[in-house]
Amino acid sequence: MKKPALVIGVDVGGTFTDVFVLDEAAGTTTTSKVPSTHGDQSKGFIEGIASRVERFSNISTVVHGTTVGTNALLERKGARTGIITTQGFRDVLEMRRRDRPTTWGLKGAFTPVVERPDRVEVNERVLSDGSVLVAVDEEEARARALDLASAGCESVCVFFINGYANADNEQRAVEAVRSVWPNPYVTAATEILPEIREFERLSTATLNAYLQPVVSSYFDRLETGLAGNGFEGDILIVQSNGGVMAVDTAKRFPVRTALSGPAAGVIAATEIAGAAGFDNIITCDMGGTSFDVSLVAGGKAALSAQTSIDFGMVVRTPMIEITTIGAGGGSIASVDQSGLLQVGPQSAGSDPGPVCYGLGNTAPTVTDANLVLGRINAARPIGGKLDQLDVGAARAAIDADIGNKLDLSVEDAAEAILRLANAKMAGAIRLVSIERGHDPAKFAAMPFGGGGALHAGALINEVGLGSALIPRYPGITSALGCVVADMRHDKVQTVNQLLDQLDAADLGVKMNADADAMEAVLKSADIAFAGIDHLYELDMLYLGQTHTVAVPLEIATSGLDREAIRDAFESTYTIAYGRLLEGIPMRVMNYRIAVVGRRPGLDMNLFAPADGKPADECRTETRSVYANGQNWAAPVYERLDLEIGTMLKGPALLEQSDTTIFVDPGLTATVDGFGNLIIRAED
Amino acid sequence: MAIDSITLAILKGRLEQIADEMDATLFRSAFNPIIAEAHDASHGIYDAKTGDTLVQGKSGLPIFVGVMAFAVKAVIDKAATQGGLNEGDVWIFNDPYDGGTHLSDFRLVKPIFRDGKVFCFLASVGHWHDVGGNVPGNYNPAATECFQEGMLIPPVKLFDHGVYRTDIVDILSANTRLPLSLYGDLNGQINALDLGEKRMTALLDEYGDATIAECLVDLKARAAELMRARIRELPNGIVSAEDFLDNDGIKDEPLKIAMDLTIEDDHMIMDFSRSSPACAGPVNISRSTTIAACYVALKHIFGEVPANAGVLEPVEFRIDPDSLLSVTAPKPVGGYTETILRLIDIVFQAVAKIAPEPAVACAYGTINALSLAGHRQNGQRWVMFSFFGGGHGAHGGGDGLNHGNAPISTATIPPLEILEAAYPVRFAKWALRQDSGGPGEFRGGLGAVYEIALREEHADVFLFGERGKYPPPGVVGGQPGATNRFAYEQADGEHTPPMVSKMVGIHIERDQTLRLETPGGGGYGKAFARDPQKVANDVRLGYVSAVKAETDFGVVLKADGSVNSMETDKRRSGEDGR
Repeated sequence: MKKPALVIGVDVGGTFTDVFVLDEAAGTTTTSKVPSTHGDQSKGFIEGIASRVERFSNISTVVHGTTVGTNALLERKGARTGIITTQGFRDVLEMRRRDRPTTWGLKGAFTPVVERPDRVEVNERVLSDGSVLVAVDEEEARARALDLASAGCESVCVFFINGYANADNEQRAVEAVRSVWPNPYVTAATEILPEIREFERLSTATLNAYLQPVVSSYFDRLETGLAGNGFEGDILIVQSNGGVMAVDTAKRFPVRTALSGPAAGVIAATEIAGAAGFDNIITCDMGGTSFDVSLVAGGKAALSAQTSIDFGMVVRTPMIEITTIGAGGGSIASVDQSGLLQVGPQSAGSDPGPVCYGLGNTAPTVTDANLVLGRINAARPIGGKLDQLDVGAARAAIDADIGNKLDLSVEDAAEAILRLANAKMAGAIRLVSIERGHDPAKFAAMPFGGGGALHAGALINEVGLGSALIPRYPGITSALGCVVADMRHDKVQTVNQLLDQLDAADLGVKMNADADAMEAVLKSADIAFAGIDHLYELDMLYLGQTHTVAVPLEIATSGLDREAIRDAFESTYTIAYGRLLEGIPMRVMNYRIAVVGRRPGLDMNLFAPADGKPADECRTETRSVYANGQNWAAPVYERLDLEIGTMLKGPALLEQSDTTIFVDPGLTATVDGFGNLIIRAED
Repeated sequence: MAIDSITLAILKGRLEQIADEMDATLFRSAFNPIIAEAHDASHGIYDAKTGDTLVQGKSGLPIFVGVMAFAVKAVIDKAATQGGLNEGDVWIFNDPYDGGTHLSDFRLVKPIFRDGKVFCFLASVGHWHDVGGNVPGNYNPAATECFQEGMLIPPVKLFDHGVYRTDIVDILSANTRLPLSLYGDLNGQINALDLGEKRMTALLDEYGDATIAECLVDLKARAAELMRARIRELPNGIVSAEDFLDNDGIKDEPLKIAMDLTIEDDHMIMDFSRSSPACAGPVNISRSTTIAACYVALKHIFGEVPANAGVLEPVEFRIDPDSLLSVTAPKPVGGYTETILRLIDIVFQAVAKIAPEPAVACAYGTINALSLAGHRQNGQRWVMFSFFGGGHGAHGGGDGLNHGNAPISTATIPPLEILEAAYPVRFAKWALRQDSGGPGEFRGGLGAVYEIALREEHADVFLFGERGKYPPPGVVGGQPGATNRFAYEQADGEHTPPMVSKMVGIHIERDQTLRLETPGGGGYGKAFARDPQKVANDVRLGYVSAVKAETDFGVVLKADGSVNSMETDKRRSGEDGR
């Protein structure tokens, strides 16, 4: 029998499920877009594959970027969860780190995902040095577990103070719970995150427990559905860190999928840009209410250690760093009482959406401004929900709310909205580039999803980016990312020792052993890798500081020693802050390990337009576009028909079913050998 | 030609980003947790001539937004007597009478030159871990002069024509218990100013000095216009509010903070004439601190007014020079946080009387600065210093937040695991405090209970708190939250401090325990108007006891926890209808 040759990436979004099919034997790809099925996403998932694949037995691997976990968190639709914790500390989850949602205004609220009666205490105590002050009362733990079970909890998180320093009490409690309540959804907090900081550890572990029943049953349905169609291959799930994990691992650690969908997009962008010769990019995902950017430097996406899904919903696992600002297509423009123009943070979202959708909103938005200025084709709305956009209503709204108040023509008012929206997006790009010490001139903006390509050119001008790169299929980027993502596992362990007192050799042995164990998990998934990498980092700081710096480290074959750690810290610190602090002892707070199984790269030539046509033959119309205070007669092209090497001068519009690209006056666009569009300033 | 309003909106964002980035630089590199974790710091851009706040970072401590203008002005005035400002100068000081707040807050002020003239100032303020004085951490409730609170440094040059004056650093280092921490924080603040100058210079080069200068003037005018528009929405008239501090830490007598608020069209008068005179203890504040506190309160109520001096143009302040709200050297001011929290509370109470819609009830109203200090077995000194949380006030849209941070700050509390790893203490409890939220149609948020046991042989304990006698008031008919309570254990049993929530150097020994119970927020609206189902739910969650549900909310529950409607109706109709 022939070896199954299909690798399939599936990204389930709010509106559409995107499927990307790679035939490794034939060297071909196909894509499909079907409506997402709410209620049970696995139905649309399987229908999407079935629309392109006849025999599921031909599929070797399905890789999935999922928003099931994210949505369950945002909509508070996880399972009823119990917490068993140290006597005296049942409110840690609810007390957070004593913060509030907004700096100004004191009307914030917070509802924890686990209600107070479901947070119960047992007598036990571990001290910060790992010594056990009070051994856990296992009898009590069993009794509390039965209480939670009879109350109707489906999952439970066992969390003890200082468990990071010694997890023995926690483990014994977990066993006690399981002995009376056989339940696959019992989480020990230190299994999820053996790191100091009680609230962050508890929040992450609790959200994991809260997601486990929901996400596991979704994956079960997926497995059953695929198997029912004859699928016998592997299912991999994209994690927030941009790597994939086996579906069984994902069932144990669903919290790692919190940013699965967006991470897949960033990974795809990295791969597409890398093939096109761009190692430094800033990805831009413009939605209805927000604009998300991520930085990829030297072909590596920046990771952050922690994020908040919502106020007080902290997830601390390594994840692709995504910076979000409130500027999307649905962001509302207004003039405040001092006559200053504002764009956002209020948003009409995608429902009711911009005024031009005709669904009830009358406040002008960024999309309305794009429409009024001729940058969006009223007869060809992207996204497929509507047939026609209402230009007249958009004009009237901009005139009434902005033009009249600022004494501007409708066109000038619309352009003002775009200028301010672009400035806000530029601010987000500055935040991830200039503020992190990167020179924007060395970076390309890479929009994916539907909205960003209209603004990419403006961002070049506003921030001084080198160029913009519009992938051939911005709408299916995330599904593609699934297929190319590496497999990756992360681990953190708190050390909390002064460097001078550290047994460095012993630490090196421990880290190596952990990495080997993680590699074993990686290999158990039965996936072919081009290679396996071990990445080591120490979180370090000077004695007295509270913020750590992540220090990348190599462990030599001869083992680890203090000098190597000191040198690594000093070189990292110098880059981050300029000057070293002489004579102050250093502390090693945590070690971090990532084990990465590199999957074979995808040949991006697969996307190259095979039978493109010269620009003239692709031109569909000439449209009047308003930019820089004047009208321009801008040619409009069918983007996907353009041949390799085509060069277009701005102003120009390029249309395709899932996006519209605007090349601003003064910029030029070139179709590269992979079918990407590269936009640059004219020399 | 006037700058166009679109460019102005764009530049506003650019300038704010510079201030925000300065904040972030210091937070990341600072040594002491009060800056790094609690964000007790701030950065901004200030007017070249007046020192007025033009732009301030969004993530710094709110109170500094109002106060830094006075600090920059102090440097402008001092420099004028010393031959003027030079390119490359950085001034440093902590004089609280000349720039607000207290001695712990060190300000660095740097003039930015363009074509040989001062274009604007950048400034950085941060709360240092220890600046000498009688009490580690500098919250000395028994201070009667500022000299007992710490070193007082008037505006002096830290950099002179770009040359770093290590003699100044030597003086500073010699006057702290924690020189390492001071050195780290000082470096962080210098880094923040360097970065701010680099970004500001790039922006000036990009847009031109004239455009930016015009932008700064225009932003101020628009901030004033925005504030006038908000005042115009309030009804004309006079309302009053008064509240009390427990005591000044020296004499156990209450101190009155009173305000008569007049609204006249687009103009507002805040008259504090009826407030208590200056006191012997450290709850005095300077005039500039008073104004800054009012600004914070207004910005909490009218959220969208910018961090810009223009906001205060339509506000007139009447502060008696003899009052505790307008003191000069050497009156002690170390506990300024308690007094400004009370000022914010009375602004909230006054505004609630004329504008119930935007109003919020009072938050827990005390920072509870608690320090434990001692020596380890090896002789090394340790000082654990932290602030604690409490409940936020209720409002017309919902209950108050449980365990929030103080309105003057965006500080987070350090993880207890970090405190236990760094200091010889063990927390025995870290929990919400039942029945502490003020009853009302909307209930105040809950305060907390913290219990801390000592793991060394000896330690001295210092506390600076308030609201021990006068609980955080509710508004629009709502009732107050619970009072602050502190107790400590000694060989002969449990004690409470003689000055309610203030004490100096109480000695405790191994395994003895401290217990701090913090206030909840005030309620909003009448408690008997609260939906009985919500009261039943509060009881189910343990936020409210069944007894208080009946006495405070008039809700009688059945044995299964559900509402006994008949008894509840009877109880609610029979009483005074609160």
